Amino acid sequence: MVINMEEFEPKIVGFLCNWCSYAGADLAGTSRIQYPPNIRVIKVMCSGSVDSVYIMRALLEGADGVFIGGCHPGDCHYLDGNYKARRKSVLLKSILDTIGLEKERVWIRWVSASEGQKFADTIKEMTEEIKKLGPNPISKHWNI
Amino acid sequence: MGNKSDKIGAVAVIGGGITGIQSSLDLAEMGFKVYLIEKTPAIGGIMAKLDKTFPTNDCSMCILSPKLVDCGRHENIEIITNSEVQAIEGEPGDLIVKVLKKPRYVDLELCTSCGDCTEACPISLPTEFDHGLSERKAIYKYYPQAIPNAFIIDKEGDGEHKGCVDCGKCVKVCKAGAINHDEKPENLKLNVGAVIIATGAQPFDPIIKPEFGYKKYDNVLTSLEFERILSPSGPFKGKIVRPSDQKKPKKIAWVQCVGSRDKSIGNEYCSAMCCMYTAKEAIIAKEHDSNIHPTIFYIDVRSFGKDFDKYIHQAKKEHKIRYVRSRLSEIFEDKKTKNLIVRYEDESGDLKEEIFDMVVLSIGLCTTNARKTFLDKMDLKRNEFDFVEVNPQSPVTVSRPGVFIAGSFIEPKDIPESVMQASAAASKVAELLRHSRGTLVKERKFPAEKNVSEQKPRTGVFVCDCGINIGGYIDVPNVVKFAQSLDNVVFAEEYIYTCSQDTQKKIAETIKKYNLNRLVVAACTPRTHEPVFKRILKEAGLNPHLFEMVNIREQCSWVHMTDKTKATEKAKTLIAMSVAKARLLNPLSDMEVDVTQKALVIGGGVSGMTAALSIADQGYKVFIVEKESSLGGKLRYISYSLEHPDIKKYLADTKEKVLNHKLITTFTDSKLKIIEGFVGNFKTIIETPKGEKEINHGVTIVTVGTQEYVPKSYHYGKDSRVITQRELEKKLGLAKPEEIQNGETYVMIQCVESRDNDRPFCSRTCCIQALKNAIKLKDINPRAEVFIIYRDMMTYGFKERFYKEAREKGIMFLQYDENRKPEVLIDNNMIVKFYEPLMQELLEIPTDYLILSTGLKPSLDNEKIAKMLKVPLNSDGFFLEAHVKLRPVDFSTEGIFVAGTCHSPKFISESISQAFAAASRAGVLLSKDKYKIEANVSLILEDLCRGCGTCVELCPYNAIELKEIDNLGHKMTVATVNSALCKGCGTCSAACLNGAISHLGFTDGQVLAMIDVYSNKGG
Repeated sequence: MVINMEEFEPKIVGFLCNWCSYAGADLAGTSRIQYPPNIRVIKVMCSGSVDSVYIMRALLEGADGVFIGGCHPGDCHYLDGNYKARRKSVLLKSILDTIGLEKERVWIRWVSASEGQKFADTIKEMTEEIKKLGPNPISKHWNI
Repeated sequence: MGNKSDKIGAVAVIGGGITGIQSSLDLAEMGFKVYLIEKTPAIGGIMAKLDKTFPTNDCSMCILSPKLVDCGRHENIEIITNSEVQAIEGEPGDLIVKVLKKPRYVDLELCTSCGDCTEACPISLPTEFDHGLSERKAIYKYYPQAIPNAFIIDKEGDGEHKGCVDCGKCVKVCKAGAINHDEKPENLKLNVGAVIIATGAQPFDPIIKPEFGYKKYDNVLTSLEFERILSPSGPFKGKIVRPSDQKKPKKIAWVQCVGSRDKSIGNEYCSAMCCMYTAKEAIIAKEHDSNIHPTIFYIDVRSFGKDFDKYIHQAKKEHKIRYVRSRLSEIFEDKKTKNLIVRYEDESGDLKEEIFDMVVLSIGLCTTNARKTFLDKMDLKRNEFDFVEVNPQSPVTVSRPGVFIAGSFIEPKDIPESVMQASAAASKVAELLRHSRGTLVKERKFPAEKNVSEQKPRTGVFVCDCGINIGGYIDVPNVVKFAQSLDNVVFAEEYIYTCSQDTQKKIAETIKKYNLNRLVVAACTPRTHEPVFKRILKEAGLNPHLFEMVNIREQCSWVHMTDKTKATEKAKTLIAMSVAKARLLNPLSDMEVDVTQKALVIGGGVSGMTAALSIADQGYKVFIVEKESSLGGKLRYISYSLEHPDIKKYLADTKEKVLNHKLITTFTDSKLKIIEGFVGNFKTIIETPKGEKEINHGVTIVTVGTQEYVPKSYHYGKDSRVITQRELEKKLGLAKPEEIQNGETYVMIQCVESRDNDRPFCSRTCCIQALKNAIKLKDINPRAEVFIIYRDMMTYGFKERFYKEAREKGIMFLQYDENRKPEVLIDNNMIVKFYEPLMQELLEIPTDYLILSTGLKPSLDNEKIAKMLKVPLNSDGFFLEAHVKLRPVDFSTEGIFVAGTCHSPKFISESISQAFAAASRAGVLLSKDKYKIEANVSLILEDLCRGCGTCVELCPYNAIELKEIDNLGHKMTVATVNSALCKGCGTCSAACLNGAISHLGFTDGQVLAMIDVYSNKGG
């Protein structure tokens, strides 16, 4: 069997909430914790503000994975935006199933401002998982 | 105006280090005119020289530089450099400060900081800022990010090297005509209402200790010199090399307590910050070069501050820093290799020698002869260490009214404590001059905003090297070239520090020159630096929201240090994404809300009472909510103190002041039920014994204190001979003698169930509490044998004197190993059994009483209050401030502040300082009747809204309601947002099926544009 030595590098879009996860990602930086360079972060005010359309658009346009980082349950700067994000992600994942896309391509995780290590570990883990899944099969097949 | 007060609404702040800077900023924001007087050519002090800061390893310059810039730009702050105070005369409220301003020979207004003069200057001298490790010219800038950002001529030289020779070459090349060789010294007389002295302390000069070989051997450096070596803007550009041969050292030794805790030179105190910065330097050195093996020679590791213990633990366990408990006797040099032979006595008393490539002396802070003269001249009392004498109950005031003090001028201390005291001193000034606030200040004026809505986007991209922090790991020139190729980008350039004042000036000029209407800065995190750049836009007449910041440091260069190609690709994509968003940005208008000029203080302990009194004395109404039936908190259980002469009287006096103050309302036996609202407009319902009370307030201060930890081990609670320090204190404090006083032997164990995996923090106060009780025991019963079994004696700063006093009184100190905790055997007799590492022996001490130092734990209320206020706690359960170095009493949520032991364990005088600091930060908000709130709220596009009400249900703040409107004759129901209540979370916009809600600053169009760039373009 021929193994392709040039490893597949997944594209991951990350939505990080301003208060917890973005600060956690900053802390990974100030602590110089290294993780794979596959994520491109878009700062949002709250994980609850991540419209499902954003996630679908990213996947349809060619991202291999989407990461949503919010405050831990109970810690949301806006009371319960993270719960709303979680509810939406459940619904979205069922849609992904319907269109034949692995729902493991969308991750929602809680990362606090003091969890730099957790942020780095999570991104590392996600990058590896998406590598295993391979490139996004529906990329650029549809347009919304 | 319109004030009848004859007090002068201006303040002189002496000393331009971080302490003086913070005092100045607080006072200027409150509405006082500030003269910031600095001896050197620029403000910044020691902090400007540091590479990183512990325990977060934040880049020192990165966090300091916004404050420097703020000071430099503030209308109400006049920076007077190169100047020394000669005398302070007059009465509090109306003082004359006489200042000798030495000539700079360069006009601050005219100098553009271009550097042509330096190029032309033929004279070279060693730099002060790099401690002689590099050279500068006779005309020079004090340091690259210096504020004021201008050159200066050194006419005097340094004794060995001569200064300016008046050749005139600089005058010829200076296009601005800024140089005047004939400038004369000036004598200034500043009329002010109050003075804050914050001149810091002198780093110890180890030349006084010849055995360390400083200045004799090339590779023996001070810790401050090593900071410069670590610094990317330092003498070796951040590369760690030996001064003797520029080779990379492998083995580096740090020697702690140089110039501190040293009787031979009369510095019998601890400098309080050296243990931590030593660990930091060792960690950072290893980070710079993994081949470096650091060794730290120490006596005690004093990791007494918030999150310090975890940092030391990290240093030892993760970074494998070698710690050797020892006393150093001498350092020799191997003449051939320039290596250093360190001779030391190890724990067991054996004399050992070890070879190192480099030795760093961890120097402390000390006083000087000039300082002694200064104190005498200013009529300020000196203490036994020749520092200024202070009253611990009012830690920032001195015997002379109208004069306040802060920072290491008082006692060696680290940055956050200096910043706290800086604000504390500002609060005291604000009390004194409350009627003169706003009488001498100018309004901050920005040019009118240009209307750019009709213009095509013209984007400028500014990419920061951050020294080598970004430039070292990302190919910045390549990134800049890429940025130039992006649509609508008309300008892109690389800068060593985008945040420095000269770059800021350049950005402003570039906006004008290229007629830019969008700005993208690729640098560090927007969480710290966004305001700096937004202000440039405002000053350039652009709406500040036409700005995007790209985080290519924290979220790129620092986390992908080993793959420059991929890090560079990532930086490019991130910039492309932001450029795409910038294209779609619209101007937004900042809103103002009214401020209720009243404060709520939660918790009526020493911190709460102090904060309340200070805010009330500044002239604002204060409410205190205390859950217990009387004020005083834990202070009620303190019977006596080593530092405070009569602690009971202090408590009684303070309570009386609070209860009699006409601006303070106290609710005892009361609890918070609901707290809602936002900065300037909080509404709180308090459950009082007389029913519910609703109060409105503009700021909230959290001072809920802490709890005593109740131990589970050592038979506590089962055997009456085993008690805690607090219980012993109570018994010893009683007027009648108690049985406990007649024992023969007492053993005290420190760090019980503390500084371990379950409670991984130091409670800071227990060592002193043990000393206090041990000394009291000895005073009552001189024949008693008192043993203190400890891990590290945390007698930092001047508290070292109590350690000395205890030893002199015959109290015995024995160590135990943290991995082998003492055991207690109990039958009729009680025996404490433990391994003593100094003696290398297993000891057994029979004792009558066992006293446990158990420390503190976070209050059970913390979690509830944190949830109510939506502010964070740290992993130990104490409140987490906005920034551990520079915002020690602020929360990241505006309008909420913290002080006292609920922030972290601390002593009474430290709680008082922090409470004053919170009062100052609160005062900054309360001094204005309007507060500007952010503009990123939601906006409903009525034409698209179908009035379904989904957003109304989802909004966590009840900020949206449905209303009926008339649309061209048709009545229809649409949603509408109350901007004052909207906090800008964007949940509504994500849920709106019609796309009728626009989350300003994060619109669908903007976010989708970012997604498209990445998903399509890859990278």
